[in-house]
Amino acid sequence: MKQQWIAFKTLVHKELVRILRIWTQTLLPPLVTQTLYFIIFGKFVGSQVGPINGVSYMSFIVPGLVMMAVINSAYGNVVSSFFGAKFQRSIEEMLVSPMQEWVIVAGYVCAGVIRGVVVGILVFLVSCFFTHPTVYQIGIVIVFMVLTAVVFSLVALINGIFAKNFDEVAIFQNFILVPLIYLGGVFYSILRLPVFWQNVSKLNPLLYMVDGFRYGFFGFSDVSVAFSAILLIILTLMLWQANIWLLKKGVGIKN
Amino acid sequence: MNAIEIKNLFKTYKNGTEAVRDVNLMVAKGDFFALLGANGAGKTTIISILIGLVNKTSGAVKIFGHDIDTEFDKAKRLIGVVPQEFNFNMFEKVQDIVATQAGFFGIDRANAVNNSEEVLKKVGLWEKRISMARTLSGGMKRRLMIARALVHKPKVLILDEPTAGVDVQLRFGMWDYLRELNAKGVTILLTTHYLEEVQQMCRNAAIIKEGNIICLDSVRNLNKLITQETYVIAVKKMQSLSGIEVYKPIKVDEYTLEVDLNRDEQLNGLLIKLINNGFDITDVHPKGQRLERLFLSLL
Repeated sequence: MKQQWIAFKTLVHKELVRILRIWTQTLLPPLVTQTLYFIIFGKFVGSQVGPINGVSYMSFIVPGLVMMAVINSAYGNVVSSFFGAKFQRSIEEMLVSPMQEWVIVAGYVCAGVIRGVVVGILVFLVSCFFTHPTVYQIGIVIVFMVLTAVVFSLVALINGIFAKNFDEVAIFQNFILVPLIYLGGVFYSILRLPVFWQNVSKLNPLLYMVDGFRYGFFGFSDVSVAFSAILLIILTLMLWQANIWLLKKGVGIKN
Repeated sequence: MNAIEIKNLFKTYKNGTEAVRDVNLMVAKGDFFALLGANGAGKTTIISILIGLVNKTSGAVKIFGHDIDTEFDKAKRLIGVVPQEFNFNMFEKVQDIVATQAGFFGIDRANAVNNSEEVLKKVGLWEKRISMARTLSGGMKRRLMIARALVHKPKVLILDEPTAGVDVQLRFGMWDYLRELNAKGVTILLTTHYLEEVQQMCRNAAIIKEGNIICLDSVRNLNKLITQETYVIAVKKMQSLSGIEVYKPIKVDEYTLEVDLNRDEQLNGLLIKLINNGFDITDVHPKGQRLERLFLSLL
């Protein structure tokens, strides 16, 4: 067990070195993008939109934009690193070692979460230049941020496992993840939508992550926070098992 | 105890290719063993099964008694592998690559750094420790993979065509290092196209054809299977070959002849015949391609 722990720490260390080595690709871009969102949506568009549940539009979008950065960073880190290792065949360094599958999954997820959370905190700090964000329950904020980063790190790992080329990495991100993020209540409350679209929105798992996270800031939510938390935990457990199973079977990494 | 035991090993890929068919192989502890075969014969598949990169279809594999079906983690700890193609992150630093591999094998950071220093010095890459892997020459990259394979001090070293595309000087250097490791007790299994490599270093060898082992013996015995030897004869000046036609000589150039002699034929007889026909002999040596002949005759 001690050796597996050392292997886990080694993988996390290797990933963190990678994140810092290419910080202009891993840490900087989300700050620039989210700053633009604050300026365009928060300042320009937001000035035309009234408060939501007594919260200014600029403040309302802060949790959504932080969560968007967390999701993109956690996801992007794991999928690019894992697929990169497959592409360069350096993944064989792990496969020939006695590392168990759960160590590989845990290592990548841990690195994805660290990058996601760090970027999320940086985006939150940027938001302080535009508004005075309040935090209603820090525990809820942390739980939703970390669990969401875990879920999307696990999804990214599955994407990396199945991907055979860079196109297949980009397809999920561009055609599934991005629409889900934008339609997940980052910029609006679904209660302002017609009932039909409210119900459609509830099929989007990202809604529950963004909404629960926002509850931690303001103390109000569009859907049940407890339900959102349970959904996140169930997703985490299912995706964790799926990753372990795929790696044990050698899908996408062994012949 | 055998270092490697392979019993009734089969591998059929999803596309239906039967890469390995009923392979049985024992490599003794401390052996220097060669796996020979043409491209696509199944050598790399066998090696990949041993190290966990390919799932076998059926059969049993043990590394120092550890079954890869039930104790693969223990088996893996005993193996170091040098693959045929570069498989490290080109954007990582040399020492990071080696120390990280040690970490993956459960060696704590301090020891991993120490071990990496030791092996990098041994393969002559210590000066390059902070260089990005992609900046290394081809030969250095191959040495890096050897260092990485040795960083956890394995008992078995598996090398898949380690000297392919490597210049002569580096190849000889690698041979010396592998001999040194073997002398220290490391069991070595290698695949190679260079039969000279096998003759120079290996004690035992198996020849694989279409996924089957068609010949398995000591290199010495394999050499004996060849009943003919080619001699290279250097002369001061070429003379007419008519007087020695019975030996079917081949004129390589104005100063060199090649003659095949059967085991029951005496070299003395040939030399006397050459002298009697006016040849001034300056050098005679066997061509040393016995294993090549066997290899080609079997394939």
